[in-house]
Amino acid sequence: MSGPPSREPIDFRPAAPLEHLRRRAEILHAARAFLRGRGVLEVETPVLCAAGAVDEHLEPVPAELRPDGPRGPSRRLYLVTSPEHSMKRLVAAGSGPIFQVTRAFRDGERGRLHNPEFTILEWYRPGIDHHALMDEVEALLRVLLGGAPALLGDGPFDRLTYRRAFLDALGFDPHRVAAGDLSRIAGLEGVPPPPGMDVTDRDAWLNLLLAARVEGTLGLERPAFIHDYPASQAALARLRLGDPSVAERFELYVRGVELANGYHELLDPREQERRFVEANARRRASGKAELPIDRRLLAALEHGVPACAGVAVGLDRVVMLAVGASSIDEVIAFPLEQA
Amino acid sequence: MASYNTSEFRKGLKVLIDNEPYLMIDMEFMKPGKGQAVYRTKLKNLLRGNVIDRNYRSGDSIDAAEIEEHSAQYLYNDSKNWFFMNPESFEQFSISKEILGDLVKFLKDGTTVEVMLWNGRAISIEPPKSVDLQVTYTEPAARGNTATNVQKSATVETGAEVFVPAFINIGDVVKVDTRTGEYIERAAKS
Repeated sequence: MSGPPSREPIDFRPAAPLEHLRRRAEILHAARAFLRGRGVLEVETPVLCAAGAVDEHLEPVPAELRPDGPRGPSRRLYLVTSPEHSMKRLVAAGSGPIFQVTRAFRDGERGRLHNPEFTILEWYRPGIDHHALMDEVEALLRVLLGGAPALLGDGPFDRLTYRRAFLDALGFDPHRVAAGDLSRIAGLEGVPPPPGMDVTDRDAWLNLLLAARVEGTLGLERPAFIHDYPASQAALARLRLGDPSVAERFELYVRGVELANGYHELLDPREQERRFVEANARRRASGKAELPIDRRLLAALEHGVPACAGVAVGLDRVVMLAVGASSIDEVIAFPLEQA
Repeated sequence: MASYNTSEFRKGLKVLIDNEPYLMIDMEFMKPGKGQAVYRTKLKNLLRGNVIDRNYRSGDSIDAAEIEEHSAQYLYNDSKNWFFMNPESFEQFSISKEILGDLVKFLKDGTTVEVMLWNGRAISIEPPKSVDLQVTYTEPAARGNTATNVQKSATVETGAEVFVPAFINIGDVVKVDTRTGEYIERAAKS
């Protein structure tokens, strides 16, 4: 042998500065203290689940287990894309208000604001609607971003409807615009459509315009809640009684960054099952694998989940804003490529 | 033909759109709310230099442009084409005056540049930051005037005119910035 082989130095160090990780710990601690102080119980639910969200645009990470050992049958589970189903089952069982800090996993999501493995702070409150929950989200964010007053601005956070956000940024009503006009608007706005966009798919065009032209205008002077989404983008939110064109869903934006997604929760098991089945049909149509439908969530809804509102906050992004980072990699010790 | 899937998108990718080569100069993954992911890209046309925006969805792909980059040594010109040699393969090729632009004024035999070739055709050239050129003519400095803030015109061996300090004489070698065409310093005599 002629000496040791030359070695590439392997970088073991974290992507995030340790100072950011300290800030992250403080924010986690403050969030837990805030919710505990308001009588919300901390819970833990499985990250590996037999079924979870069925959504055209959410890709769960599958895991093959052999719970009976190497010669036993294999069982497919999924890393959760959010802890929503398990937490709603707890609420159905009478838990009262609960919160959780957990990792969630979404395949194919990597970018300046995305890591496929990320941290969600999620909580549920029986007996309140989405507007009352927005109040609580606002109070929490005032604590977590207290060190960055410029982000909070003065006065209460803005609350505007999805319709208002599009009217302000682009001058048209997203609920009334004809699908065929959306491609023309995109052209006028200088937003090139991806190849093969279906001209009749309203939500796809609204989503493209939201990403390219609306999101960047949201939450600039102070944080902004967007609420009353089109019913076709309801996810797990209930539709408005008396106006089923609107879903009681909200999102929070700070400086153009989406921080939270909340619902006045859908409680109707048949409506919920219908949405899962439709989402699977859309997945099939776009060449994606169908996902198992969560029968345990449907059983919980059948049993009865008390009227409640729930919200998921992207904690990594909260830390990003708190430390002034421009990429999620600056607040995660070891993002995907270094994990 | 090779192609890049959205999952491979990154700055620096060289792609083919409408049969022209582009460089991906910016890429952002966006996924608003519960909607579909959108990859927003900025692409620079490598032939014309203009920048375009293009959006893609997960799973879309773009053809790869067959781009080759290597260094090349300048040999000579026939006043329309400038001839270079790949120092590794000794292969010779020419680059038009249009692509070289102002650089033609600072090329001398043996100058090494970095070229980008698309399907074997040179489409851009990266010169060294500076070149050393010998002064072939300049008015003599006024006696006693050695101030560096007084500038005069000088002709260098490639024929270019460069403003130099008063103390520079015929036969001196000067270092010239290839981007601005400005004098940097007096180089050691060659």
